Amino acid sequence: MEKKKLVEVKHLKKHFTIQNSGSLFKANKDILKAVDDVSFDIYEGETLGLVGESGCGKTTLGRTIMRLYDPTGGEILFEGNDISKLNTKELAPFRKDMHMIFQDPYASLNPRMTVTEIIMESMINDTDLPAEKRKERVLELLELVGLNSDHATRFPHEFSGGQRQRVGIARSLAANPKFIVCDEPISALDVSIQAQVVNLLKELQHKLGLTYLFIAHDLSMVQYISDRVGVMYLGKMVELADSDVLYSTPLHPYTEALMSAIPIPDPDVEETKRRIIVEGEVPSPINPPSGCAFNTRCPKATERCRKECPSLKEVIPGHFVACHLYEK
Amino acid sequence: MSKLLEVNNLSTSFFTKFGEVKAVNNISFDLEPGQVLAIVGESGSGKSVTSMSVMRLVAKGGKIVNGSIMFDGKDLAKLSEKEMSKIRGKEISMIFQDPMTCLNPVFTIGNQMEESLKLHFKGMTASERHTKMLDMMEKVGLSNPEERLKQYPHELSGGMRQRIMIAMSLLCGPKLLIADEPTTALDVTIQAQIMDLMRDLSEELNTAIILITHDLGVVASIADRVNVMYCGEIVESAPVKDLYYKPLHPYTWGLLKALPRLDMKENELQPIPGSTPDLLLEQKGCPFFDRCDHAMECCRDGKPPIYEVEKGHFAKCWRYHPEFKEEQ
Repeated sequence: MEKKKLVEVKHLKKHFTIQNSGSLFKANKDILKAVDDVSFDIYEGETLGLVGESGCGKTTLGRTIMRLYDPTGGEILFEGNDISKLNTKELAPFRKDMHMIFQDPYASLNPRMTVTEIIMESMINDTDLPAEKRKERVLELLELVGLNSDHATRFPHEFSGGQRQRVGIARSLAANPKFIVCDEPISALDVSIQAQVVNLLKELQHKLGLTYLFIAHDLSMVQYISDRVGVMYLGKMVELADSDVLYSTPLHPYTEALMSAIPIPDPDVEETKRRIIVEGEVPSPINPPSGCAFNTRCPKATERCRKECPSLKEVIPGHFVACHLYEK
Repeated sequence: MSKLLEVNNLSTSFFTKFGEVKAVNNISFDLEPGQVLAIVGESGSGKSVTSMSVMRLVAKGGKIVNGSIMFDGKDLAKLSEKEMSKIRGKEISMIFQDPMTCLNPVFTIGNQMEESLKLHFKGMTASERHTKMLDMMEKVGLSNPEERLKQYPHELSGGMRQRIMIAMSLLCGPKLLIADEPTTALDVTIQAQIMDLMRDLSEELNTAIILITHDLGVVASIADRVNVMYCGEIVESAPVKDLYYKPLHPYTWGLLKALPRLDMKENELQPIPGSTPDLLLEQKGCPFFDRCDHAMECCRDGKPPIYEVEKGHFAKCWRYHPEFKEEQ
């Protein structure tokens, strides 16, 4: 059976204009290309992981797909409809189908609202559920995420981090969405709690048939939850493949280095592992290097890499990579 | 072999308006010269407070209430502030989690690095200090050290700042370096660089390291010995391989099972249920009691003593009582 595409992202760009700090005049502006010409599809029912180092544009990409930012260029198709150019009013019918879970469960819940109010807010905005049914639905949702009715009247500060993230998940489910963008949902949590939340997300996906875009920098967690994983570097998607394939046979030199840099909780493995240490640090996205963005740190860079920017190509069925090494 | 650091029955409490919080509760451990000891635990487990107690830098409201910290024949817990300031930075130095906030933004790097040399080596001339600084900066892999000395912290990236912090902390040739989550704020590729650097330097300079972290992957790659902390207590202490391959405490079992591994696929994560107890409440029994799958009647009422189950491998759990028999 052909898998159905839920979200199609085509040549998406999000550029921010920033004041050039070295200049007194407003006319001198720099452009920060947070997301630069990124294309990929998300299939129904899958989890697409998105990894990369800080500043690579993964959060911006997630937010632009949600239309929390207006894209600078390109298209976002949700179930075949282009939502990239719709205004707030036209977007309203799509809002209920896509939702977001944020990184910081401490900052993303309003401290003055009770859990019931927080969850109800999105029901009122996005659904036509009659008022008397809402309460019932809140309790149902709380149960679904592993909380109980006692928690409904409490305020966010009364919860631990893991519980707060459960409230955030309940809120995102309130309008029965099809697609959820999870932006680093576990990075603020302790290890023992992370597994709880990730397992909950997996379980909910099974029960409700959700599609996730899972953004994180913790690669081991992303591998665990995702069907496919995309790797970003300086605003570009450099590799996209099935998660097993990506981890066992990474093609892009950056992905290779990234994989080998992750410490594995096993002393014997760590002792024998060959680590590829990439030199230097991520260059500034304001004036990225010409050609392939990774050429300044890449051990395999050639003259061509410094001049020409490689595009994302499917080199093996289902395995996309943007690197000159794999172009014939 | 003589011990460099011996902590005996250390307790540090914070006195809040709600009552006494026993952040560190009667812990003992020791460290040999040149050894790398990792302290792992979740947030609030007391790992940072332990290191702050050793440095005698416990925040306001907190106090070392009991125990001794023997370092090189002196009891740090009883030294006066003046005597302690001679040890800090010279004999014991510290690297913190966030290199952004640890450097003073209004002084140049050179200025800040020089400070500890000026303080601890009164007879040193300016040019001697200069050579020493350049020397150390080269050791930590900073390019153009001469130029870096004139720069301000904001001109450097996160990874470079952490290298500066390491250079600064090693400048006076300390016998013990305490690194409190040194790589948590950094990206994985930079983390790999910094961990490599710390490992090499500790071997080269024979500096003992106390590494505080929540990342069991990092621990596997660098530590000789590991202390696992939970709720202010050391629940398990073992050589690194024993901890990973023969963990004894149920909490350690839980931690290792809750971690996804990059090199293995499809092992279902098993989260530890519940969350850490409130430290304000007096605990009669084992603090892990209500989250433990193997809890017994005696765990509720009595704190287990520390058992040396194998040579050098300690666990604080009733399961290792001589009369314990596995119930099946």
